[in-house]
Amino acid sequence: MMNDTSMMTDKLGANGDEFYNFLMDAHEGLSEEQSHALNARLVLMLANEVGNIDTLKSVIKTAVEFNHE
Amino acid sequence: MPGYDYKPFEVTPPPELDGEGEAKTRYPVAIIGAGPIGLAAAVDLATKGVPSIVLDDNNVVSIGSRAICWAKRTLEIFDRLGIGERMLAKGVTWKTGRLFHGSSEVYNFDLLPEEGHKYPAFINLQQYYVEQYLVERAKEFPDLIDLRFKNKVVEHQDNGDHITLQVETPFGNYELKADYTIVCDGAGSPTRKRMGLPFDGQTFEEHFLIADVEMEESPFETQVPERWFWFEPEFHSGQSALLHKQPDNIYRIDLQLGPESDPKLEATEEKVFPRIKAIVGDKPFKLDWMSVYKFRCAKLERFVHNRMLFVGDSAHVVSPFGARGGNGGIQDVDNICWKLAAVIKGEADVSLLETYNEERVHGSAENILNSSRATNFMTPKSSIEHLFRNEVLNLSSKMPFARKLINSGRLSVPCSLEAKTLQQNDESNGIKQVQVGDVVLDAPVKADGDSTWLVSQVQGEFTLLGVGDVELPDVGGVRRIGINQSNVNYKTLHDEEGLATRRYGEGNAYLLRPDGHVLAIYKSPDAGKIRSVLDHISNPIFEKEVA
Repeated sequence: MMNDTSMMTDKLGANGDEFYNFLMDAHEGLSEEQSHALNARLVLMLANEVGNIDTLKSVIKTAVEFNHE
Repeated sequence: MPGYDYKPFEVTPPPELDGEGEAKTRYPVAIIGAGPIGLAAAVDLATKGVPSIVLDDNNVVSIGSRAICWAKRTLEIFDRLGIGERMLAKGVTWKTGRLFHGSSEVYNFDLLPEEGHKYPAFINLQQYYVEQYLVERAKEFPDLIDLRFKNKVVEHQDNGDHITLQVETPFGNYELKADYTIVCDGAGSPTRKRMGLPFDGQTFEEHFLIADVEMEESPFETQVPERWFWFEPEFHSGQSALLHKQPDNIYRIDLQLGPESDPKLEATEEKVFPRIKAIVGDKPFKLDWMSVYKFRCAKLERFVHNRMLFVGDSAHVVSPFGARGGNGGIQDVDNICWKLAAVIKGEADVSLLETYNEERVHGSAENILNSSRATNFMTPKSSIEHLFRNEVLNLSSKMPFARKLINSGRLSVPCSLEAKTLQQNDESNGIKQVQVGDVVLDAPVKADGDSTWLVSQVQGEFTLLGVGDVELPDVGGVRRIGINQSNVNYKTLHDEEGLATRRYGEGNAYLLRPDGHVLAIYKSPDAGKIRSVLDHISNPIFEKEVA
């Protein structure tokens, strides 16, 4: 089971900027509806990459409960 | 506190025009532009005994603070040029950075993460001070640097083996010849335009406003200089705002205005004062300078055009986020001057200059990539981008991975020159932090019992630096320096704190270029190998055909 500590850890390292910009570029030129669809596809595919059900549940729970400050 | 005294530099008739004195007909190097880049180039060449003539259309340092963030690497280069310590003493050293989203603090961070370096990650110092220090330093080389203010280059001609420049002055016009011309006449480079060279890149639509505010009382809660950055600040409708301190109690405020704003209307006291008050409260302040700007990320395809050598903003421009403009330009200077000096002295073939083109086109592409990414993060182009950006900020109050995605400018660090034409394979096998292509990493050392720093000891010449148990062969043209060595007939340094050994690895020998970049690392260096590396520098062979 994934705990909070491991979710806090940075795993992107030096590639964070490259990832973020690649993701933003993927959205470029899309309508809002198309972007939502792309995000949904991405979540599903990334979930499959993660694979572990406990990890997935834990991530979803943390994201849902995350406080907006 | 009075503002900076913009004292004009002396303007004298050039010897070509005053009828007396001896006018040289041909100079080894002409430098167009006496900003930080042109002045640093003149000083750098002078330290290598190469004379230059510096031509500038103005006679005063730059007005307004302009480039203010000087990175560690830039300070190390300025250390070699003789003004690094003066800049450090006058400049404001960053300590704490705070990041806000709206009115709440997302997190804060220490800007000085590692001990054991002469210079901090960054200092803030107004460009006019840097120019003043460089002019004063240049005047210490009266036989090598000919500074000519109000000397405007209006025309030039490349004659193949030399350049002819037409110069306009208040005293009349004249012509001079130069073997090489270093072009550092800024982002709007008249020389580049005259040559019709394409300057391609991305233009950003947002307007930004910079204001320098003079204020006795610190706007921060402590007396320690901080750097405050806001995404979506409550006091201002734009996307971001930045506040940081410069010397003389001057604070820089950067406000993102958005693409629809009218720059003329925004740059008025009526518009600017309420925003400053919203940031600093009721503390009394005086507006020192302000400017509204838009920016581009663009560069020349090539920086070397026969004998016209483009250096600094004339060759490449970036967004200001990450402080890669002035800092990138100083790295250009660092890269080109030892090469140009070697070519002029006949120690290297002219093709060595092509490695400046190769290495600094690479460096500026990296700078443009980084500053474009920061700009994209700060100026989301769609509601989806905006959503992602705000959720990154939201998660970052608790999650370190999200903090690392926040991008308000990745601070300028020197690029690696690994796998470029001049650099060799790593032949060491020890654990070390400094790799081939990296720039020298500082560490505290003792020289004859006195405390000093590696960056002040190993730059400026080809140097073979040995750490601990490694034998350094004697090779002509290469200075040897040993760390923790004894009974040797060359200079030794003592690594009392163990940091140099940790950073370079016990038993390794580093072959360094005069600009402090690592050419090669050896476990067992031999004279023949090192000689062949130097031979390659004096006549580089490029794997790819260069246009």
